Amino acid sequence: MKLKQAKACVLRVGGTNCDLEVSSALTELGIGTDVLHMNQAIKKGLSDYQMLVFPGGFSYGDYVRAGAIWGKELVTRLGKELQRFIDEEKLVLGICNGFQVLVETGALPGDGASVSGIPSAVLANNNSSKYECRWVRLRVESKRTPFTSTLNKDQVIMVPVGHGEGRLLLQSQGMLEELIDDKQVVFRYALEDGSPAGGKYPENPNGAIFDIAGICNKKGNVMGMMPHPERAFYGWQLPSWGVAPPEFGDGRAIFEGAINYIKKM
Amino acid sequence: MRKALIEKASDDPEVYTIDLKDAGDADLVQISSEMGLALSLDEMNALKKLLNRNPTDVELQTFGQTWSEHCIHKTFKGNIVTEGRVVCNLLKSYIAKATSELKKQWCFSVFEDNAGLVDFDKDTVVAAKVETHNHPSAVEPFGGAATGVGGVIRDILGVWGEPIAVSDVLCFGPLDVRHEELPPGVKHPKYIYKGVVAGIGSYGNNMGLPTVSGAVLFDRQYTGNVVVYCGAFGILPKDKYVKDTREGDLAVLAGGKTGRDGIHGVTFASADLSEEAESLRSAVQIPNPLVEERLRRATLRIRDGRLSTGVTDLGGGGVSCATGEMAHRSGLGLTVDIGEIHLKEPDLAPWEIWVSESQERMLYSVPEEKFASVAEILEEEEIEYCVLGKFDRSGRLRVVSKGKVVCDLDLEMLYSPPKVTRRAKEEAYHPARVELEEPKNLEEEILALLSEPNLRSKESVIRTYDHEVRAATAVKPLQGPESGPNDAAVLKPLGDSWMGLVISCGLNPFIPDPYWMAAASIEEAVRNNVAVGGRRVAILDNFVWGNPEREDRMGSLLRACEACYDFSKALDVPFISGKDSLYNESPLGQVRPTLLITGVGIIPDVRRAVTTELKGAGNPVYIVGITKDELGGSAYYRSKGLEGGDVPKVNGPLSKAIMDALTATMDVGIVKSCHDISEGGIGLAAAEMAISSTGLGVEMDLKRIPSQIKRSDSIIFSESTGRFLVEVASERASEFNEIFHGLPGAKIGEVVKGSRLAFMDMGGKEYSIDSKRLRLAWRGY
Repeated sequence: MKLKQAKACVLRVGGTNCDLEVSSALTELGIGTDVLHMNQAIKKGLSDYQMLVFPGGFSYGDYVRAGAIWGKELVTRLGKELQRFIDEEKLVLGICNGFQVLVETGALPGDGASVSGIPSAVLANNNSSKYECRWVRLRVESKRTPFTSTLNKDQVIMVPVGHGEGRLLLQSQGMLEELIDDKQVVFRYALEDGSPAGGKYPENPNGAIFDIAGICNKKGNVMGMMPHPERAFYGWQLPSWGVAPPEFGDGRAIFEGAINYIKKM
Repeated sequence: MRKALIEKASDDPEVYTIDLKDAGDADLVQISSEMGLALSLDEMNALKKLLNRNPTDVELQTFGQTWSEHCIHKTFKGNIVTEGRVVCNLLKSYIAKATSELKKQWCFSVFEDNAGLVDFDKDTVVAAKVETHNHPSAVEPFGGAATGVGGVIRDILGVWGEPIAVSDVLCFGPLDVRHEELPPGVKHPKYIYKGVVAGIGSYGNNMGLPTVSGAVLFDRQYTGNVVVYCGAFGILPKDKYVKDTREGDLAVLAGGKTGRDGIHGVTFASADLSEEAESLRSAVQIPNPLVEERLRRATLRIRDGRLSTGVTDLGGGGVSCATGEMAHRSGLGLTVDIGEIHLKEPDLAPWEIWVSESQERMLYSVPEEKFASVAEILEEEEIEYCVLGKFDRSGRLRVVSKGKVVCDLDLEMLYSPPKVTRRAKEEAYHPARVELEEPKNLEEEILALLSEPNLRSKESVIRTYDHEVRAATAVKPLQGPESGPNDAAVLKPLGDSWMGLVISCGLNPFIPDPYWMAAASIEEAVRNNVAVGGRRVAILDNFVWGNPEREDRMGSLLRACEACYDFSKALDVPFISGKDSLYNESPLGQVRPTLLITGVGIIPDVRRAVTTELKGAGNPVYIVGITKDELGGSAYYRSKGLEGGDVPKVNGPLSKAIMDALTATMDVGIVKSCHDISEGGIGLAAAEMAISSTGLGVEMDLKRIPSQIKRSDSIIFSESTGRFLVEVASERASEFNEIFHGLPGAKIGEVVKGSRLAFMDMGGKEYSIDSKRLRLAWRGY
């Protein structure tokens, strides 16, 4: 479909706070983007949109567990709509708190029944037991999802994290193997030489299992990641420039991949 | 209280009248103390005369709040009597005077509103405000610090600004102080440190605001008095700044519920901290950033829809101060029905509702026809609200509870507090001669200073604060892959403009002469700003001092204010906002008098910002400025336990000329990296540049430094102001020399391949310290 006709929706609730930067990243790439409060989205429905983003923040104060309250609210108030959206193979991206929310709804890692409301993974407290704001290296592990379509397998990109609860834990060891086999592991935290961090701090900033920074569902149209690609969109956002900043940062490619997919929809 | 002094006026609502008319001096003192008014006998007497009737408890509390040091800054606006002269109004005589004499067109609104406003570009203004939250943080560190951040963010909302960043400067007692040394009522610095650091991070992170600038200091004189400065910065379109409350507008209160938390916060802040401070825990508010996040959304939507004629935040004094100020500002009056206010608990007395400082509340004035739209926004954002009343022409502030008038005051009278008179004793600083044998090995000295608690990396704190959220931080508090220090933060607030906002700070509380301490703090804030490419700097002052009723405290405050005028003028940097926190006294004595200066500059293109990271081997390294034997209060002397020595004296015109020249060299693109020279002198500045850089280092010769000093340790650790280390593009060194023609400076070395700091001392001894060792000392890894 023509990009001009396509639309993206960035959802928010009380405590969401990264909606504007995500929305301006998408707008910059030429897709019309609405930022909607859940209350507005419930009235309006999601059928106008080709892409849905759950941005970062502290939804509902992250009380109970990061993303848990919004996750439950999504299932009960917008669950069917979200399920249909995913089934239609439209794009869903969760960043940081948004990733936590998608895991809490059950949409990620996703077992086919998608928005079950029963999480099969969790993003637990960082091993450092602190909030971590730092730039990390990510190795592209899978091209199963449109979000990595413009990146190369094993390519290393730099994107910052900012979270206190980012340590991905899975229900079982078998589940990890399944995720690996199904190429659902999208990004892994990496060392300077591009090899996986092996749990080493601070390269793996939270202690996530298998250094996982991002995963997708089986079909690849739903992806969640802890790092913030919208904060690595322009070159001037990088932590070190050399003599002058490059034009773009690595995070831009993730949004470009989404745009390319929408163009082909 | 003596029974005869107080009489129940009504059971429901529970209101008392106080017999002021027949109260003698002892009674007045008792009333002030037992009702927690923190008013002096003179003020009580003035009030008695002014009112000439027996007020209700609600009315008396209103005076207590409005006339508090915290709300009206009576010391700064009072008369200061010192030997041979009287200074009327410190604010007008020094700080605001400099601003008005500098006559900057780009100052949009200064010393008037909740925050200072200066032009950013032709359509946008920047709002800046810095507050302290010392007393609450001493009693309840997490809540005290968090609500400090929350409060200053609301100050930005209170001028219709969109908050874009926060800053924090924290001063603690040494973390290794022994428990036995602490008198009752003083909490251990480690406990305070942990709570404050977590509280600041929690609020800023939850609000989605990057914490981009700050400092952490340790000193024994902060053990009894923790200092917590919280700053917030915002932007707004010029044409959306509206403060025009009209007759008939509704007073709409929105946000969190009102409860018993934060009662008498302002009067608590206007008295010394005593052993009983613990019992005042209820004076500390409870933070809920989630509510404030929603309040921010709603406030900005109301602003953008042009649905309101005025806004103010609820801070000190709660509803009483917010409604009074809004009505008084527009020459109006208001009757408030406090029965409308949403409460956390049902049995609050009217006066408690009236003065509670419960957090996360804003007051809007809304024309009646626009109220429905405002209500719709508040409901969509899930914020509780109520209509307190309607603005009228009465010029009075009335409070109604359950149909009864419980407060009825003339606003002019309320806002005409008696002038206080303070006595000041100025003491000249006579530096003691310092005897110190020259150390044999400068390497050890440098490594020791790098790991000193005040100088070492604050990464373990900084990384717990999100400094990237909003995706607009171009120069970050930590530079590059090695996490070196930067002099100031640069933000890019607008999507369609390269213009950047530069935020810096300066504070030098260890300089023992208050005049030069203030001068150095101002100069450092500006210098840090200029070091990254900032210019057209505006500054904010935040005084943290002891009890102003004591002559010596007042004397040093006066000297510091004099410096504020002198150096604001000399450096051409207007003050745009300020706040003073006095009465920082504890059983351990007064706080170390501390003046924080926050600098707010602009840079035309964030891509031209300069960092401390070295760029190319072979590039010459220059020092600009003069190095003098000024080590009084320096990190080097302090590390040796030495007091005395000449303090750094700012040469205003020279500093300004150097900074202007540096900006000019940056604008032609020949400055590759830059670092200001401050704590630890040239030695630490050069070491920090090496720390920041990957694969590059600095090599320099101390003999080339323009100076009269002969000793290596003095020249490398001197803290003379007005100096920078600058890496210049090698092929364009002649341009640099041209622009700096006639100013003190010299090429002292160059950038070299290999991570190290290498130098030759005054006696020709050569040093080379691997950057790995510098980093280990400074960062701890």
